[in-house]
Amino acid sequence: MLSLLNLLPYSRLAMLHRFFLLLLLAFPLTALHAADPIVEKTLGNGLKVIVLPDHRAAVAVQQAWYRAGSMDESYGTTGVAHVLEHMMFKGTPKVPAGEFSRRIAALGGRENAFTSRDHTAYFQTVQASRLPQAMALEADRMTHLSLDADEFAKELDVVKEERRMRTEDNPHSRLYEQLMASAFVAHPYRHPVIGWMNDLDNLTVADTRAWYSRWYTPNNAILVIAGDVDPAQVFAWAEQHYGTIPAREIPARKPQTEPAPQGMRHLQLKAPAKLPMAILAWRAPKLESAHLSRSPHALEILAGVLSGHEAARLPQALVKTRHIALEANAKYDALSRGPALFTADVSVAEGGDLNAAIAALKGEISRVAREGISPAELARVKAQVLAAQVFEQDSLFYRAMQIGSWETAGLSWRDRATWLDGLKSVTAAEVQAAAANWLTDDRLTLAELVPQPMPENAPPTARGSGGRHAR
Amino acid sequence: MHASVYLQKSASAPRAAWRPDRKARTAAIAQLWRGYATPRAGMPSGSNVARLLQVSAKHLALFALCLLPWAAQAGLDIQHWVLTNGARVYFVENHSLPMLDVSVQFDAGSARDPVGKSGLAGMTQHLLNLGAGNLSEQAIAERLADIGAQQSGSVDDDRASFSLRVLSDPAQRDTAVAILGAMLSAPHFDATILEREKARAIAALRESETQPEFLVERAFSQTIFGNHPYGMTSSETSLSALRREDLIAFHRHHYTTGNLTLTLMGDLNRAEAEKLVATVSAALPAGHAPAPLPPVAELTASSQQVIPHHATQSHIRIGQPGMTRDDPDYFPLLVGNYILGGGGFDSRLTKAVRDQRGLSYSVHSYFSPMGQRGPFQIGLSTRRDATHQALQVVRDTLQNFLDQGPTEAELTQAKNQLVGGFPLRLDSNKKIAQYLSVIAFYRLPLDWLDRYPVAVEKVNREDILRAFRSRVHPDRLATLIVGGDVATAR
Repeated sequence: MLSLLNLLPYSRLAMLHRFFLLLLLAFPLTALHAADPIVEKTLGNGLKVIVLPDHRAAVAVQQAWYRAGSMDESYGTTGVAHVLEHMMFKGTPKVPAGEFSRRIAALGGRENAFTSRDHTAYFQTVQASRLPQAMALEADRMTHLSLDADEFAKELDVVKEERRMRTEDNPHSRLYEQLMASAFVAHPYRHPVIGWMNDLDNLTVADTRAWYSRWYTPNNAILVIAGDVDPAQVFAWAEQHYGTIPAREIPARKPQTEPAPQGMRHLQLKAPAKLPMAILAWRAPKLESAHLSRSPHALEILAGVLSGHEAARLPQALVKTRHIALEANAKYDALSRGPALFTADVSVAEGGDLNAAIAALKGEISRVAREGISPAELARVKAQVLAAQVFEQDSLFYRAMQIGSWETAGLSWRDRATWLDGLKSVTAAEVQAAAANWLTDDRLTLAELVPQPMPENAPPTARGSGGRHAR
Repeated sequence: MHASVYLQKSASAPRAAWRPDRKARTAAIAQLWRGYATPRAGMPSGSNVARLLQVSAKHLALFALCLLPWAAQAGLDIQHWVLTNGARVYFVENHSLPMLDVSVQFDAGSARDPVGKSGLAGMTQHLLNLGAGNLSEQAIAERLADIGAQQSGSVDDDRASFSLRVLSDPAQRDTAVAILGAMLSAPHFDATILEREKARAIAALRESETQPEFLVERAFSQTIFGNHPYGMTSSETSLSALRREDLIAFHRHHYTTGNLTLTLMGDLNRAEAEKLVATVSAALPAGHAPAPLPPVAELTASSQQVIPHHATQSHIRIGQPGMTRDDPDYFPLLVGNYILGGGGFDSRLTKAVRDQRGLSYSVHSYFSPMGQRGPFQIGLSTRRDATHQALQVVRDTLQNFLDQGPTEAELTQAKNQLVGGFPLRLDSNKKIAQYLSVIAFYRLPLDWLDRYPVAVEKVNREDILRAFRSRVHPDRLATLIVGGDVATAR
């Protein structure tokens, strides 16, 4: 409900960058990790269990990650990964519908789940002493889900309300949805995670059953346990609760490779709104499993130079100095199973010149490509990264998330240290080359929101109404 | 990437037992989540401009208190002292990580906005770090970025706050503290920057006015608070009216040591803490806290307002003024609300509206305790043609709860969650710092959290029934609907 700016899919980028650009400089961080290193073990049925001990509080986090997200869906059944995620709370023979949540709450726990393009994950946070009960519950629904037709029908309505709330009534979400559908032609990243509404309308409980039996098997899952725990004890509990679940063969995954970019794509979305805005997305390299290549490192630093902090180039030039935009951000996400994007967004005031703002944004990128960046700018981004790596230690949940994200992306949690070291050594020349090589018009999809007047039953504007409201 | 996180649950999970807030939940997740953000992230730290729209940030800060339960063992050692200049300090020393959270709060929230100048408190706070002392806007941003510091500010009805998270190494820490001191005592309030930020705030307000959830929250606030300062909201007119002299005067009057609380959490010893707070507050004038706000009046009758909107969903809010921060029935209302609509999937509203009928992704109820009576609110969004049905289900659920109260089983479940979840509330520096700031601002007893689980355990069914019947009056409920199917919505 906040302003436009908080609803923008990209509005939180500045903060995210501070959080996610991580780098190890000469800080004695190793001491933080040295006492209790991460340990992993793969059970006989293929379930990989990764334990991160952290004894700051008597709390434990369990996260069960499945390597199945919306990118594994097909035409006609988009959204099934997310609907199944909802159905995971709707009961097994031993734990009836609603009981999972009730029992976790009775333990004093918190729990939830999320679905993305790349994966689906379920998590609980509990007092450390209550971890075994949470593990028993998670293991039960890994293999015994009921998928009752009546529960499905009601839950599908809930998901449609979710889509209405998040997407249908939110022009910025729809713009992003349209952008992805245009930026990708062959790859399933073109489908929204929540699914197209018509696919939801036609989804059946059989679709969710097929999805569940295809992907919900221990050899397609990663279990992350973090907190005030003893790894040996956790492995024993994992063996007890998950070890008996039989593995099934995981279907072959088709690559569905996206063809190389062949020129700029430009789309418009017309929707009731006030502020014109644009999202720009360039096809960019992702972090590959075999070698931690340099371009992703340089792009990550580039995103930081452009909008990683309040003094970064886009807010400084477009918003603060030239007053040409209300907001301007850039973002890059190196970690994904599918093809990566480097994105930027810009918004202008009502009736403002969006084209000028887009040109200014691209101008800032061209300037990096042409003139490079200063040593001070590079150092500033690396300082952000360094500090963020300390700050992230404050969140057990975030640290567990990192492990799951890297693992489900097809990399190892161990690669993250290599990635961070690589960021440390990025040079100004590499950043300049990345801007020149990757952020070209031929690789660009440009999505533009063209504001339309509010329809007839629009609300009265409060313009000029003063600060007080008479009842 | 973005927009790709869909939480199975909505607003209300047991985590937010008191004031479940979907936005806060999703924001927290998004923040933790590499590159994935929900489009509904909503905590005030996200956007500077959003902070200027007081309606938007309303009651969010109270959220912290809603999560307040504490470790059952009296684990947290809060050091508290008052400086000779009147500033009050709250300090938790913890050396487990080489970092420090510093927060300042002033009784200078949007309820202190002068008539016709709604948005002044927000704009004053917003401009603190846009040039101060001998540092330009850009210099402040660069210096804080150079040391990797994270800054966030917020303004709600009661409070104006600014927080820094910084490495505790003296090189970084002292730089951050010096900048903070300058920001608080010598902000430039540059006229050009002010005009730019006014324009951004007005543009964002216009956009917000197209969004049904913004509209329903604003209308709700205006309706239940009427002419009380809590009911004032920014408009284009009031934002346009802000002048540099207004900011200077507001700052001079409210940003004083006598109106300041400082909270410190992290890697610092007492001597360092004393030096730090002296540095931060040194250049502020003495002053004093403003007089308490007037009490919030009861509604005199029920009302229903329908604001037409083209959205596919209707957004509904039902409520009335609720409770103050020091309400003697705090705990019965806390536990009772968990059962009514605060306890996520344990709550009656979620069961009735979502689980049994599939009418909404998210339904909640909360009491937001404030300096004066904050809102009691039930809220949801549902497809247009279900508006009437959803309203009926909500009203029946509330009436039934007021008639019969909770069952013993519900009460036990609520207590198990609230008490059993205690250690989770305190498991990071960030959470402790947030709770500390609430304790500081509202002058709660230092052991207030230690008493918490005991007080929860003591609550019985009769307490809840009595407390709810004395606070929630079905014949004086305001109902706001933004959306459609007006005809069937009575």
